[in-house]
Amino acid sequence: MKRTQSRALPYLLLAPSLVFLTAIFLLPLVQTIALSFSESGVASLGNYRRMVSDLNFGLALCNTFLLVLVVVPIQLALALGMSVMIEKIGRGRDLVLWVWTIPLGVSDLAAGLVWLAILQDRGYLNSALYGLGLIDGPTAWLTYETPGTLFLGVVLAEIWRATAIVLVILVAGLQLIPKEYREAAEVFGARPWTIFRRITLPLLKPSIQTALILRTVLAFEVFAVVYAIGGTNFPVLVGEAYTWQNANQNTGVAAAYAMLIVVISLAATAIYLRALRVPAEQQP
Amino acid sequence: MSGLKRTVFWTGVVALCAWVLVPIWLIALGAFGGRTGVFRWPKSLWPADASLAALQTFLAVEGVWPAMVNSIIAALTCMALSIGLGAPAGYALARFSFRGQNTYRLLILLTRAFPLAILALPLTVAFIRVGLYDTAFGVGLVHTALALPFAALVSASLFQAIPRELEEAAWVFGCSRWQAFRKVVLPLALPGIAAAAIFAFVISWNEVFAASVLSVKNRTLTAYLLTVLAESPLHFRFAGGFLLILPSLAFIFAVRKYLFAMWGIANR
Repeated sequence: MKRTQSRALPYLLLAPSLVFLTAIFLLPLVQTIALSFSESGVASLGNYRRMVSDLNFGLALCNTFLLVLVVVPIQLALALGMSVMIEKIGRGRDLVLWVWTIPLGVSDLAAGLVWLAILQDRGYLNSALYGLGLIDGPTAWLTYETPGTLFLGVVLAEIWRATAIVLVILVAGLQLIPKEYREAAEVFGARPWTIFRRITLPLLKPSIQTALILRTVLAFEVFAVVYAIGGTNFPVLVGEAYTWQNANQNTGVAAAYAMLIVVISLAATAIYLRALRVPAEQQP
Repeated sequence: MSGLKRTVFWTGVVALCAWVLVPIWLIALGAFGGRTGVFRWPKSLWPADASLAALQTFLAVEGVWPAMVNSIIAALTCMALSIGLGAPAGYALARFSFRGQNTYRLLILLTRAFPLAILALPLTVAFIRVGLYDTAFGVGLVHTALALPFAALVSASLFQAIPRELEEAAWVFGCSRWQAFRKVVLPLALPGIAAAAIFAFVISWNEVFAASVLSVKNRTLTAYLLTVLAESPLHFRFAGGFLLILPSLAFIFAVRKYLFAMWGIANR
């Protein structure tokens, strides 16, 4: 009696979460696929055709990719630098860590609004530029006519908000690397840069991989930051999905956008898994 | 480090701290400055005529309070469900070896490669059918899908870190499996689980897309702000943004001890 009970126990413990994930993750996933490939109940590619011929489609696709390509590498570099700095801080380490991880709790919508406060016409950036004598008065950076600075604004907000998550994953990864490796290298006279490149970086690969996957998937979902800063002046994929669902009341095309985002995310994940392959003996 | 190096190093640290903190300070000024503050030119970095009036006006606007209440309901739902469903799963992963274990882990890792919020689209149809559409509880359900995998992995390693011998000793002294869990294991794991719960709360509190798609009248604060964004004045937006940030500051402070351990765990 006792024996069978303990054999069934793990399954009983897993069952609730399994049922839940099936209902709210797997099933909707299948439904999204079905929705995107059907029009009023009939199988068709109509949704995809409408998506591709949509005026904003090319722009949204382009903007989203550009954003990911610019933001993610900068965040990785910045977070790597910060995590190395953290290792060197003695006193005050906890305080600095807390400050650096604050954005982890900030919503993308709020981050957008924060940078709107700075970059709006009469905002703090313009006040500073005016104080320095660089501009004559309130200047617009975030309009349809200034796509370059609007893009920069979004990039700033994204870097401000989401570098913390990369930092946390990398710091957690650094803690797993035995100190002895670096100490040994120091004994043999390796310089800090060599130690970083030859020891820290390779051993940090699993963490870098996770951070990149997570960050890239989330970056392809970028939406609220952009919407808060630029309104509809800067179309992105998820924003288009939102518009088709809410404004146009067309779940089919919204689902087609969703599928496109899912496929891109999976492709990015696959690329990272291949490019940053971790040899089996090195896996924690 | 030599003197010059040390100066450069600490300048970098302080600059990065400022990079995080100054924007928050600026939106706080925006939130407390109100209508007149928004149009002031050029702006000063010190609160010249800051007052609580601006935030009070924001809270008095129709729909803001209900939206906050909805945000809290959704976040509490998400928190309770992700821990309630995730922690038992974590215990199973930590203490038993059984067939299907790896499949379950794979399922959880799979959720990471998907933009989960997108799944809210087909759920609108299902939610309308079962009466969950346009409820804060329904939004909380979808947010649970975001937080549950995280909760399961974190609690798995929390339980793993507690020596099995402690539990076995309790059995020897006549505790049942459940009693041993409740009296020995749970107290040790509780702080970490609380941190994971707070994190689930934050995930839900901050989520925008699913919340906006799944509600019309009973919007969460993020969804409410998103829909009124285009037609609301700037000071209103800044007040909303500041209010969104405020709890996050406290939450990240509360879990700071567990933050790195948790992410280290969840990403292995």
